[in-house]
Amino acid sequence: MSTLSERILGAPAGTYVDREVDLAFAHDGTGILTREALREMAVERLAHPDRLRLIFDHIVPANTGTTATLQAELREYARSSGVALSDVGGGICHQVMGEGLVRPGMVVVGADSHTCTLGAFGAFATGMGATDMAAIWASGATWFRVPETIALWLSGRLTGAAEPKDVALTYVAKLGMEGATYRALEFVGDGAAGISMDGRLTLCNMAVETGAKAGMFYTDEATVRYLAEHGVSASPETLEDCRYEREVDIDLSDVVPLVAVPHRVDTVREVEEVAGTHLDQVFLGTCTNGRYEDLARFARVVRGKKVAVRTLVVPASRAVLARAIATGVLADIVDAGCAVVTPGCGPCLGAHAGVLGEGEVCLSTANRNFKNRMGVGGEIYLSSAATAAASALAGEIAVPEVV
Amino acid sequence: MRGAGPAVCLGRDIDTDQIIAGRYLRTKDRSAWAEHVLEDLDPALAGRIRGAVIVAGRNMGCGSSREQAVVALREAGVVGVVAPSFARIFFRNAINVGLPVIEAPVSSCTDGAHVAFDLDEGWVEVDGERYPARPLSAKMVAILRAGGLVPYWRSRR
Repeated sequence: MSTLSERILGAPAGTYVDREVDLAFAHDGTGILTREALREMAVERLAHPDRLRLIFDHIVPANTGTTATLQAELREYARSSGVALSDVGGGICHQVMGEGLVRPGMVVVGADSHTCTLGAFGAFATGMGATDMAAIWASGATWFRVPETIALWLSGRLTGAAEPKDVALTYVAKLGMEGATYRALEFVGDGAAGISMDGRLTLCNMAVETGAKAGMFYTDEATVRYLAEHGVSASPETLEDCRYEREVDIDLSDVVPLVAVPHRVDTVREVEEVAGTHLDQVFLGTCTNGRYEDLARFARVVRGKKVAVRTLVVPASRAVLARAIATGVLADIVDAGCAVVTPGCGPCLGAHAGVLGEGEVCLSTANRNFKNRMGVGGEIYLSSAATAAASALAGEIAVPEVV
Repeated sequence: MRGAGPAVCLGRDIDTDQIIAGRYLRTKDRSAWAEHVLEDLDPALAGRIRGAVIVAGRNMGCGSSREQAVVALREAGVVGVVAPSFARIFFRNAINVGLPVIEAPVSSCTDGAHVAFDLDEGWVEVDGERYPARPLSAKMVAILRAGGLVPYWRSRR
């Protein structure tokens, strides 16, 4: 009789436990500090190099000599320590880890706040800082406080132009930016089955925007099918009768296309209310919405037309890019006048590849619209891929059509 | 573990992008983070927080897992950070780098108010008014007492 977190961590909510970590990863941003901490800790041998990954995604390829030198140092560390490296062009850590590495029931820690994305596979996946990561690499384990859980009961099916991103914005607005601090979110109910794996990754991704340490789905037929395509076998898991701290109902058929407006993720409006807002840039990508379904949805809208505003498309991984090439989705995107950027985080964190100028406005499919995040004086609206596509064609925020 | 200093008040939902912007992350030079700490919020803050206790609103340190945020505050000379609630990664990171974080229901703040805290006894005082601090786990206390996770690790080998 336990929540998914209690089941995986093996103790009731509120307990402090030490747990072995099944998979742990850092990226080019946090990896540098992890490397520094390991040096200061005088760690010569890592406990389980086969469970670790270094994934370059934040500034790829390197934008300055300093960045390049730091990345070269990490590359050398990966080689000498036996940690597998996903180098420039491989994609975003959460996507790469989700392409056959993470399995149901695992404990996964990433040195990145959006590690909660991977709870879509029925794993307990959470973000920590670089020094915690160093201790995990050295010892193979870390401490957790088993979280209380908030259940999000999904019912019905998405209708019209609404997408999983709109569901994510719906629950973030309902809970607020600290509504789930220290908690885990479980997405449960009949409506969960109808959400694709790409959609589940989007929903779990934004859990941290409510303060949650994890966002999780139970393994079902869709999970099993997805994992089988990636060479992993798994079996469905069932929800037990358990104690939730709070329960929130979301009827998917009520969800409409939404945008989060500057500068808070939990300040959400219907697209209609802000339609006509001038845009300087549209950005399709990130660990929230840079997956194949997002690119395909975008391409269906822009196919045979031309975008009216600077539009950047950043596939979440090489696998996503390769599939988009194979199916013609990428050709539609390029022919429509979009700029395609190396798989990775793109301009989401405001460090390169599409930073905003003073006063510029961007509609982004990312998860954060904090003030100045994509560039000092820039403004960020957050939306689904469908809303991004309609807006790219219009050159201003536009209501997505039902495709 | 005790500390004291004048208050520097910040609002609620201070995200880690505001504490140290993404454009300053690609370096190992910790003094560079201290120089640019809280710059996008108010460029004058970096000069005012040495020796001070930050008293923030709810959800302090939300957003990215970047440890540079807590290192920047520590390197800039912050004595401790008090808030009614913290984002969990920021809270854990702070302890890991030896920066005292005190979760206490302080509801108002005046710049320059005298702030004192005692983590062992579990309280924080703002201009003489005492608030209970949420207790830390035994392991968190041990890490903080050692000066952070790196010295804690070294002392146990």
